[in-house]
Amino acid sequence: MGILEVKGVSKRFGGLQALNDVNLSVKENTVHAIIGPNGAGKSTLLNCFVGKLIPDSGSVMFNGQSVLGRKPHEINQMGIARVFQTPEIFTDLTVMENVMISCFARRDGSFRLHPFETVMHEKDIIEQAEQMLIDVNMIDKREMHAASLSRGDKRRLEMAMCLAQEPKLLLLDEPTAGMARADTNNTIDLLKEIKQKRDITMAIIEHDMHVVFSLAERITVLAQGTPLVEDTPDNIKGHPKVKEAYLGESA
Amino acid sequence: MDAIILQILNGLDKGSAYALIALGLTLIFGTLGVVNFAHGALFMIGAFVAVTLQRLLGLSFDQVDPTKSDFMGNPLKVKVPYAESWFGPEVGAAIIDWSVPLAILLAIPVMLLFGFILERGLIKHFYKRPHADQILVTFGLAIVLQELIKYFFGANPIQTPAPSAFTGSFDFGVLLGFDPNAIIYPYWRLVYFAFAALVLSGVFAFLRYTTFGMVVRAGMADRETVGLLGINIDKRFTIMFGLAAAVAGIAGVMYAPILSPNYHMGMDFLVLSFVVVVVGGMGSLPGAVAAGFLLGILQSFASMNEVKSLIPGIDQVIIYLVAIIILLTRPRGLLGRAGVMED
Amino acid sequence: MKLFGLSAKDTRFLIIVILLTMFTPILLQPFPEGSALATFNAGYPDLMQRIAIFGIFAIGFNILFGLTGYLSFGHAAFLGIGSYTVVWMYKLLDYNVIWGLPLAVITSGLFALLIGYVSLRRSGIYFSILTLAFAQMSYNLAYSVLTPITNGETGLQVYPSDAQVLMGATEPTSPHLFGIVLRENFWQPTIGGWQFTFNNGYYFTAIIAIVLFYLSLRIFRSPFGLMLRAIKTNQTRLNYTGINTRPYTLAAFVISGMYAGLAGGLMAAMDPLSGAERMQWTASGEVVLMVILGGAGTLMGPVLGAGFIKYLENIFSKINDSILHGWFGALPDGLENFIIGVSHFFVGKSWHLTSGLMFMLVVIFLPGGLVEGGARIRNLFRRGKSPKGADTAHPPAPVANAAEKEEF
Repeated sequence: MGILEVKGVSKRFGGLQALNDVNLSVKENTVHAIIGPNGAGKSTLLNCFVGKLIPDSGSVMFNGQSVLGRKPHEINQMGIARVFQTPEIFTDLTVMENVMISCFARRDGSFRLHPFETVMHEKDIIEQAEQMLIDVNMIDKREMHAASLSRGDKRRLEMAMCLAQEPKLLLLDEPTAGMARADTNNTIDLLKEIKQKRDITMAIIEHDMHVVFSLAERITVLAQGTPLVEDTPDNIKGHPKVKEAYLGESA
Repeated sequence: MDAIILQILNGLDKGSAYALIALGLTLIFGTLGVVNFAHGALFMIGAFVAVTLQRLLGLSFDQVDPTKSDFMGNPLKVKVPYAESWFGPEVGAAIIDWSVPLAILLAIPVMLLFGFILERGLIKHFYKRPHADQILVTFGLAIVLQELIKYFFGANPIQTPAPSAFTGSFDFGVLLGFDPNAIIYPYWRLVYFAFAALVLSGVFAFLRYTTFGMVVRAGMADRETVGLLGINIDKRFTIMFGLAAAVAGIAGVMYAPILSPNYHMGMDFLVLSFVVVVVGGMGSLPGAVAAGFLLGILQSFASMNEVKSLIPGIDQVIIYLVAIIILLTRPRGLLGRAGVMED
Repeated sequence: MKLFGLSAKDTRFLIIVILLTMFTPILLQPFPEGSALATFNAGYPDLMQRIAIFGIFAIGFNILFGLTGYLSFGHAAFLGIGSYTVVWMYKLLDYNVIWGLPLAVITSGLFALLIGYVSLRRSGIYFSILTLAFAQMSYNLAYSVLTPITNGETGLQVYPSDAQVLMGATEPTSPHLFGIVLRENFWQPTIGGWQFTFNNGYYFTAIIAIVLFYLSLRIFRSPFGLMLRAIKTNQTRLNYTGINTRPYTLAAFVISGMYAGLAGGLMAAMDPLSGAERMQWTASGEVVLMVILGGAGTLMGPVLGAGFIKYLENIFSKINDSILHGWFGALPDGLENFIIGVSHFFVGKSWHLTSGLMFMLVVIFLPGGLVEGGARIRNLFRRGKSPKGADTAHPPAPVANAAEKEEF
């Protein structure tokens, strides 16, 4: 039984069958990559996990509970955090404030009216946030405006914000899209480091085979809205069906 | 039955004005992506172009009229408008009489030019700024224009009569087989409706059948792609803004006989026109026109005594109420495309 | 020094604000009576009280607009509701403001809850238009069918026939606080050529304003304030961080509505009447102008903006031909007439033109308002001292903006 169980999910947009009877199981504490050519339905599938889309049929269970019909913030509170293609951070706030918001969200839930407490008196929140920044090597940038960070640091900050919530499942939507090789390698190292340090499940949607094969323990190949194969990276590499559908065109 | 027809007719002229302003607002928002809070002020300026022309044509000098004398037996001085002395009494009088429709000829170049200057000088710097900034700067502009008009023309409404040929009313009732005087409708309002229909179809034809219009429509559908095609969008934006200003301006010119122009008419119409745009669907031209007429007619129904006695105050709030309901249940508006400014 | 749970810096800031507010009757009266510049004095109770009231309105509006970025064009409705509530309490009970003001906060809060709940289902320009629609509805209704409650065009006021059940025989017949009549002055010293007026109403309003400023300071520094700022920057990220944004925005909306209601109530405490024009959307526009001019999202901005606008409004409206001739009389006639002719556009009744222009200039050149202007000047000076320390995050300030600020 996986931490994320997807059963028979289908989604149609007008004449386009974006997802067709998708079954998928992400095991706890693994890095599971979902790959596939453009238009295979990867992003649609991800959006079904986080409450942005509701599939026409099928079920998505997280930790034994259905996520369908829940709003993004409710799903996040269940323990799913998400990293976006382009880092979504609070650009007007400082690095420290960015991470503190995640810490507040973890401690106080989706809403708490605390107009007369003072942020600087929240010792435990500050401590957690600082620890998190130490973990991702950003403590020296704590007072910087997030807008002035480099692209790589923005990605790093977004990860820190997600990890500060101690999610059970981290969804990564093409985390290295548009990055230079060096930045990509840094991101891979960061993710490896994160995986070593804590028990966390990751589901990665990725285009870049280099990233996928350096990180993933299981790979699902999606083509035209349907999963073709699910296997270990080694087996996927030589799989004829995959070569035909995907690797054949890019390799 | 006759009462219902009367209310529909009554709603038409207001609806025409809403539709014309909303059309311009939508064009500007759809192509330039700018929320223009000064659009009502352009409508107002149009109305004051009519006032100005009427005053200019009415300028006169004193002339001794040999055929008349005052009670002392001295020759009487009479005021003779320049127009009459230049073009002869009859043609001159007709020109003065027709000053409102003539003002359209003046308003078109004036408003186009004003629109161009405004777009080049101010609006274009706000394409990339947040909507809140656009609202704020055009709101400031609207205040400035309104106060300038107030400074030059005073705070009181200025009566601007229509040509005398249109001063009467048309008895629709007889035409439709009702009693005489059951449905009386001023001629000028009919003219206004016809005029609005003409302008609206003109704009739609322009957008539909010219290359320029095609690019504009493509731009409204997908601004980025059109920009990528290497089409000079900038120039077209300027022209678009001038066109929208001209439409608002001539809408104001022709409205002058219906509502005596005053300095706050722009703001009054702006608020309602925004509501119209939202109801019709942000970015949808047919939506803006349909919603304009719909709300105009709805408003005139709500002002019927029978309706008012049933729901007191409904005439004051009906448009806003409709807007609130539409925004909450169908944020894209009546004819808006999904995803435009929706969240 | 740390006070009331504030950091040392904020405590210092608060003390400065308190001192400025307390000494306003002196600070705004810098020129001796009868001197040529006496026109620029502004230490009258009426004006100072209005500055304090609009300061409260703007501080509250800033909590919504400055922090969350939601631009409401309907806050004048709450101002009107607050005014009507207080006048009704005069009519029913007595002239003691202690009944009306708390009730004004409650009624405007309830209306804000209702309007906010509906309007906040949308954001961006749709939110602005929804609030505008609600405010215009309130305004239209107050003028028409609600006449029994609002007294329509005449405006709501106290009549001798009103119940006033708590009215004592010796009680003052104008707004008061437990017998302290608000319109009276408690001290009017003349020192040298200077005249100062210390007024009950001003100090009453000023103390409330200080308390409300302190509350807004606390909100700014609280986790709640942090969430509101996060909403302005990136709602998507906030949702995916497990935060439900709507209750936060609603809370901000209600709080700002309550500030507006109290400001409206205080207007009725200044002058015991209330009219529908207070609810018109131009009044909403005025508070937007104040907050923008001062600097949206900053602590001091709204107060500066309110003071600046009300002060200029008063000065500009006062200036007439004879004053202008007094100033420019020394110039050659042609030039004098030209300058006076141009000035006509901006002074006297044309004050709104000036405010509209100012509004545009600020939005175009100084989106951060006066506070940003001040910061730029400070940077400029700092840069002058140590060129190496120049921080590249902020572009150098254009000279025009610097000049604008220096006058202030």
